[in-house]
Amino acid sequence: MTENRRGFLTKVGAGATAFMLSGCTSLSQQKWLADLLAKVEVLTRHAQRLFARPDTLAPEFSKRDIAPVFRANGTLDPATPDYASHAANGFRDWRIEVGGLVEHPLSLSMAQLRAMPSRTQITRHDCVEGWSCIGEWTGTQLGLVLAAAKPKAEARYVVFYCADNMTSAGDAPRFYYESLDLLEAVHPQTLLAYQLNGQALPIEHGAPVRLRAERQLGYKMAKYINRIELMDDFSRLNGGRGGYWEDQGYSWYGGI
Amino acid sequence: MPGGTAKFLRRAFGLVPAGPNYFFPRHTLIVRLSHWINAGCLAFLLMSGLQIFNAHPALYWGKSSDFDHPILSLTAQPTETGYTGVTQIGPWHWDTTGVLGASNVDGIQMARGFPAWATLPGPQWLAMGRLWHFFFAWLFVINGLLFWTYIFARGHLRDLLPGKADLAHLPREILDHFQLKFPRGEAAKRYNGLQKLAYFFVIFILGPLVVLTGLTMSPTMDSAFPGLLWLFGGRQTARTIHFICAFSFLGFFIVHIVMVILSGTWNNLRSMITGSYAIEGKDD
Repeated sequence: MTENRRGFLTKVGAGATAFMLSGCTSLSQQKWLADLLAKVEVLTRHAQRLFARPDTLAPEFSKRDIAPVFRANGTLDPATPDYASHAANGFRDWRIEVGGLVEHPLSLSMAQLRAMPSRTQITRHDCVEGWSCIGEWTGTQLGLVLAAAKPKAEARYVVFYCADNMTSAGDAPRFYYESLDLLEAVHPQTLLAYQLNGQALPIEHGAPVRLRAERQLGYKMAKYINRIELMDDFSRLNGGRGGYWEDQGYSWYGGI
Repeated sequence: MPGGTAKFLRRAFGLVPAGPNYFFPRHTLIVRLSHWINAGCLAFLLMSGLQIFNAHPALYWGKSSDFDHPILSLTAQPTETGYTGVTQIGPWHWDTTGVLGASNVDGIQMARGFPAWATLPGPQWLAMGRLWHFFFAWLFVINGLLFWTYIFARGHLRDLLPGKADLAHLPREILDHFQLKFPRGEAAKRYNGLQKLAYFFVIFILGPLVVLTGLTMSPTMDSAFPGLLWLFGGRQTARTIHFICAFSFLGFFIVHIVMVILSGTWNNLRSMITGSYAIEGKDD
């Protein structure tokens, strides 16, 4: 008899599982569930950093691996009057403000950025959607810029503000932004990149300057950067999750 | 219920074989627990995986994506009334409207790789698909490692490792399976050659392969273990192998369910839930 009862209970269990799977779409809309599933993000970040030491390099490739056409994604042209006038004069007046928790706030012109030591790397860009493209990036190591600005002891995150508005015309503007922690920000391959494949960065790829963080997914690599702020906490900034896509539910840690 | 009636019902439902029989403790509690946890994980992983795949429903071979030459793609071509779903594998194309490439979401035809009934969540929602996928990926890996530790520690490896005798009997086994003749009595107490091969393949080959190809897609893991890229021949190849692994698991699942049904549904099911498997004959 116990076998029969157990058999019945199993069928109830199997039915409940099937119901759960079909109900998962509506479950996904529950904030508590998304928060619970997202707890794993912390585990993933710690586990990955256990293996990937602060200075392990993303693989670099050879010239013949470079994609003939590097796919552009996200904003392809900020198209604001202000941006258009910068583009028209070759971004000569573009400035990158570096501020927040730093001893020496900076305001860098593109010429000043280019005058700093540069790094060129042929790396693979991995989009969260699943595709990959290989390109050659040239830029200034973010670590050098941060060293010049001298972060204060309480600084933990580097926030990048961008010139591309993500809302449609008529809505209140929401500009793209992203953040890295200092560990990823001072990685030798983390660049403020101003060249792709030896040419000035095209508009669709974030002209005049974009972030390269080669151990992260594409959405972390903000384009059209005009301001960098060092913070101890980003929870009061915009949606509070540290980036434009993060505020839409994507993981802040973009290592996988 | 009188004992006789209960016995009749148990036989009628195939819970125990007709004739003299006794119960044999077939699966330990650990094996049963890890089996069901694994089954749940694979269901969530497959469906959330298809959701993630739908964000870019194409597969490539090599280090990066050659967008003009995917080895597989599920695309939608606009027509006057909606979309035609096209499945492409190498040089071949098929119209798969309604299932692959273009299908209905809440009654509205959409361009999407796999249909809403196969993905988790149903509608296009990559961020949520990733949350489900990585949550169950951790559970799958932890459960798998505990199961491995258990079978190595308890010496169960020999129950799963196909031996010379198993391989020699393989043609006979295949013939028997096609004639739906399954081991009975004493022979039903251990796995036959085909079972050993199938279980060995999923536990020691497919399982590690799906995890390692999954990790190879992580740019951070590639920096820690560049050997992964060398092993699989690049990130996009790893992604393709990951996809093949997922469908191999699905293939295994279908054959597994068919075998469970054909070789004594309730007896098998009970042995995987309570551990007890009814064996024909007398206990000695």
